[in-house]
Amino acid sequence: MADTPAIELRGLTRHFGERTALRDVSVSVPAGATLAVLGRNGAGKSTLLRILATLLRPHGGEIALFGESLPRRAFAVRGRLGLLAHEPLLYGDLTPRENLRYHASLHAVERERVEALLGAVGMEPYGDEPVRLLSRGMVQRIAVCRAVLHRPALLLLDEPRANLDPAASDLLEPLIGRASGCTRVITSHDPRAALAEADQVLGLKAGRPLIVSGAREIADAQLSELYQ
Amino acid sequence: MKAAAAVLRKDLLLELRTLETVPAMVLFSLATFVIFHFALNRETIEGQLAAGVLTATLLFAGMLGINRLFVAEREQGGFDAFLLAPVDRTALLIAKASALFAFLAVLEVIAVPAFAVLLLGPPLGPSLLGLIAVLGLADLALAVIGTLVSAIAVHTRARDLIGPVIGLPLLIPALIATARAIGPLLRTHASGSPPGKWLAVLALYDLVFALLAYGLFDFLLED
Repeated sequence: MADTPAIELRGLTRHFGERTALRDVSVSVPAGATLAVLGRNGAGKSTLLRILATLLRPHGGEIALFGESLPRRAFAVRGRLGLLAHEPLLYGDLTPRENLRYHASLHAVERERVEALLGAVGMEPYGDEPVRLLSRGMVQRIAVCRAVLHRPALLLLDEPRANLDPAASDLLEPLIGRASGCTRVITSHDPRAALAEADQVLGLKAGRPLIVSGAREIADAQLSELYQ
Repeated sequence: MKAAAAVLRKDLLLELRTLETVPAMVLFSLATFVIFHFALNRETIEGQLAAGVLTATLLFAGMLGINRLFVAEREQGGFDAFLLAPVDRTALLIAKASALFAFLAVLEVIAVPAFAVLLLGPPLGPSLLGLIAVLGLADLALAVIGTLVSAIAVHTRARDLIGPVIGLPLLIPALIATARAIGPLLRTHASGSPPGKWLAVLALYDLVFALLAYGLFDFLLED
């Protein structure tokens, strides 16, 4: 089982009505590695993350996470996934502490973990303020806490550094950076930043895989073509 | 059950914090009683007419709660957050139905005495226990159907219309049984106990739709 890839996609396809959001995407990501998913707006990056997060069903191809086939075995892997999406998935009228305690209950995580994470991201002083009153950067920090609350093995990170200043970004490094030890899938509009963190790259153009390679082997010309 | 308790606790906390749903339901009911008072041009009503007015008012007030049941989940990503958790999805059905049941109970604690003061002729006291039993079963029907319909509606663009358009026809049997069960309780010199036949119809309706909701709910949450 040690050689089982964390993510195995074969011919993944997904439609929204007439539009094909993903077509014939195949990639294999070993446990502990980082996959950067690059592409322009509408390339299919967020759709791919939502499929990996078991929130969307694929319409073709095969997906396995930690050897468990999706969507049939989605229940078995949900507790091992952490999703940091565009939306923070937090209730604006609840405080960060109340939001995280709610998620801790759903994931059967001890309450001490909530306090530890609030401290780790420097949000302890704001733990009892309603989320809707916090700045976007602060909300992003709480969203990161929510995503890693249950100690996931696979992090699905959609623009994880959005709205963060460099100091906040450094604070989050142990939680969502390479130091977390998690397998990571990162989407970003900034290819240079994503490549710096990645071991592998999946470049999507209009839902099709234009680049599937190691992060070090990417040529500038390939990136230019991806973003044309 | 722990997941259902967590969702219910969160929903009640959100309602306490925002006071968006229950006050609207209460105000709607009070306004409707006043409208009936003038529209019927009668000082007091009793019997089946009173039962019809009370039941219809509570049902329409309940539709307001149904329409708002999944608003926070839709607008603030609560659906995705719940679906990401390794819990039985039926927990969401149980929690949402329980929250709606609680909202209806609070509504009735205010609306029924207001109805007795504004419209009802006979005293409510002797029939109170019977009325609580009937309304409890009716609330269960509304909570189960409301949660089911709201979960369907939340994924559609016409979500504000889906609740009444699908929910009201489904609730007609419960509305009839509730009104018929309450009618004898609101007569002058009422016996105090509701007719067993209509209570049984309501209980059967609750059971059938609770089982149906349990079987269907998982599919409603799929993309």
